[in-house]
Amino acid sequence: MRSAKQWIALKALRTLLLATILVAGVVSVKAQSPLYGVGRTPTENEIRLWDIAIGPKGEELPVGSGSVDMGSELYLSKGCAGCHGTLGNGGMAPRLIKRDAGPNADPWDYGRVLPIRSPYATTVWDFINRAMPLGAEGTLTADEVYSLTAYLFFLNDVVEDGAELNEKTLPQIQMPNRTNWTQVPDWLPGQPRLEGYPY
Amino acid sequence: MSQKKTDRREFLKRSAAVAGAVGLGAVKPALGQDHEHMPVAPEPGAFIRGSDEMTAYGSRSRFVDSVRIPHGGRESPDSFGLDFHIATPLQDSVGEITPSSLHYMGTTRGSFVPDIDPDEHRLMIHGMVDNPIVFSMEDLKRMPSVTRKHFIECAGNRSRSRHTTIQETHGMTSNAEWTGVLLSTVLKEAGVHADADWVVAEGVEEVKGASSIPMAKAMDDCLLCYGMNGEPVRPQQGFPLRLLAPGFEGIFNVKWLRRIKVVDEYYMTYNDFGHLTRDPVNAALGYQIGPKSVITYPSGGQQLPGAGFYEIGGLAWSGGGRVSRVEISTDGGRSWKDADIRGTAEPMAHTRFSFEWDWDGAECELQSRCIDEIGQIQPSRQQALDFWSTDGERATFVKGQDNSIQPWRVASDGGVHNAIS
Repeated sequence: MRSAKQWIALKALRTLLLATILVAGVVSVKAQSPLYGVGRTPTENEIRLWDIAIGPKGEELPVGSGSVDMGSELYLSKGCAGCHGTLGNGGMAPRLIKRDAGPNADPWDYGRVLPIRSPYATTVWDFINRAMPLGAEGTLTADEVYSLTAYLFFLNDVVEDGAELNEKTLPQIQMPNRTNWTQVPDWLPGQPRLEGYPY
Repeated sequence: MSQKKTDRREFLKRSAAVAGAVGLGAVKPALGQDHEHMPVAPEPGAFIRGSDEMTAYGSRSRFVDSVRIPHGGRESPDSFGLDFHIATPLQDSVGEITPSSLHYMGTTRGSFVPDIDPDEHRLMIHGMVDNPIVFSMEDLKRMPSVTRKHFIECAGNRSRSRHTTIQETHGMTSNAEWTGVLLSTVLKEAGVHADADWVVAEGVEEVKGASSIPMAKAMDDCLLCYGMNGEPVRPQQGFPLRLLAPGFEGIFNVKWLRRIKVVDEYYMTYNDFGHLTRDPVNAALGYQIGPKSVITYPSGGQQLPGAGFYEIGGLAWSGGGRVSRVEISTDGGRSWKDADIRGTAEPMAHTRFSFEWDWDGAECELQSRCIDEIGQIQPSRQQALDFWSTDGERATFVKGQDNSIQPWRVASDGGVHNAIS
């Protein structure tokens, strides 16, 4: 059996431990300071120039605007039609117009076509901006990317003829698959990729 | 007569004389394939002469002709000089490491390999962090490093009945020793916000390929690699810097890495779009490579000289951790025996196994299956197809990454064939 003194000492130790944990918790909420201090801090401008990853919320979209009309001209003048076909199909490059799936079609029956299957309009803008046109990637202006995105959405009945898109309206577009897809489950180390697979 | 033939004749004459002199005639040749023979150094004319090139960076013997091949039904390089998919010659592999020159290569849509000056290259860590950082390659090499063996495998690495060799059925996986900085080290340095759940990793090549990776993976074992098999990462593998996401499908191992952006949601990049599905089962199979193995010898297209002893050899791996056991069947999956694990099984790394086998000369079917440290078992093709079959429809295609067992049929003439039907 413990003596009173031992008991008090244990309690004190426990209080001390608890306090340490609390303090540690508070510290971790505050800004972490670098441990090694290697590398340099980028400027705001540098980050803006590098940051071409456009998330579903569209926060990184640059100010600009474009239209279906401008997009239809750019689609020819920038050479898109050469690889993707004049109407978004029949070329060497991936198809850009949905397959005919009849009235009341399930969006998944339109085929693996980016500007109709993608749950977010931002993915289309992002990919044109980062990776098109082939061999001249990164040469399109923001306005041109808005226009080409608008044209592809027009081809797929996502927007009306004459529509204009900008950094505010583009993320608002309700793509047919907006919620019609499955997130990959939370990944944890040391776990089977799918419990019970394959039997 | 050509110089080569003259050398050969001289060599044979010399060999015969030496053999006679030391009385090797009593040695019984194995399997009746070889003749009385004693290896001696060839004539001086057949030496590999010293050269500045051989002094500076050695090369393999001209008698070794193992090479990679274009994969996936598309030329690499194509007429524009783009590379697409290139498969490693697993049939010739020994040990566990794939030589850098033979490591498989895959690209998003076909890619020029960027010719990057490492002095000009930078890696930026930014987004939901307290301290955004830009690292030069010199900076990264100052950071604490690790060296680990890991495989990479293309999600499309699957055996089809039309494939005849292991290079076609399994050549889109390789294993190397990687050196670099743990991604967790630089993320901690940057101070990741508590509500950040994802990172977007991005390359510098013309498509600027980018993938969303769960923070749990980024903090677990992802590596920023500048070293591969004891030298800088090769250009086709992402020189000067690539991401390694051990055990994840190939596309997550972003090459020519320039940026890690810390974010709070799945970013649905173009690469991510490639994984888009509404089937939760299919979605769950979209990251981690399952337990997998393949017999590299004897394998499709090889020829056994006759009945007798053989060491069956092969490679096993899993995206779930270490390989804990490999089993071999020599009777088409009816009975299984443990193979020997050669070397040390390391997490998410090719592990070599072997099995001592006396072939009686009758037709048979060889299979291997991998069991990993978290208890996952490599399925037979039948089991995988059963899983994907519905009441009304018999599956003919294994969805997700196909890790099913590879059967090799050894014909009575010693020919080895792909037994996938």
